[in-house]
Amino acid sequence: MFEMVDVFLVVGVSIAFTILMCLYRAVRGPGVFNQVAAVNVIGTKVIVLLVAIGYIFERPMFVDIALLYAGLNFVGTLVMAKYLERGEICSA
Amino acid sequence: MLGIGVTDIISIIFMAGGIFFMVTGAVGLLRFPDFYTRLHATGKCDTLGEVLLITGCMIFQGWSFVSVKLFFLIFFIFMANPVGTHAIMKAAYYTGLKPWKKGEERR
Repeated sequence: MFEMVDVFLVVGVSIAFTILMCLYRAVRGPGVFNQVAAVNVIGTKVIVLLVAIGYIFERPMFVDIALLYAGLNFVGTLVMAKYLERGEICSA
Repeated sequence: MLGIGVTDIISIIFMAGGIFFMVTGAVGLLRFPDFYTRLHATGKCDTLGEVLLITGCMIFQGWSFVSVKLFFLIFFIFMANPVGTHAIMKAAYYTGLKPWKKGEERR
């Protein structure tokens, strides 16, 4: 029979497949907004991929990395949206 | 008999639902005809799929410190993901990107 590690392995491979599907939109997307949206989606999928990797290698430290990556991805998306809206990041 | 318990089976059900919603969001990002409709697909499906997957991990983990960290991760995803989607959509709307209407070609 199967162990729980195999389940997390299947989860990780499936998330990697969906990331590959989103990567098409990030490369070929018409216009910069499609590319920014695809990169945001890839970043939020990577969070769950990190949690699954932490369970595959049995190291709970990966959850901390996932928390940090969530914060960085959120701030990056907001900064990119503000830059595309105004043409500058912060006005003096 | 299976080599796994009842909580493992419940967590596997949650994770299967999460993978279904994430694949649906990715297909929507590929197939929808417009920027706004693509964000409509990913903004909801991705949030729900990730929350279901991390909930499955929490049920598999049980009561521990890692489970509390996963709960914080769920809380942060529920807060941050719709805000990011809304920011990108507002930026696209203010820079003059027209929404798609029926009968036009794909963009």
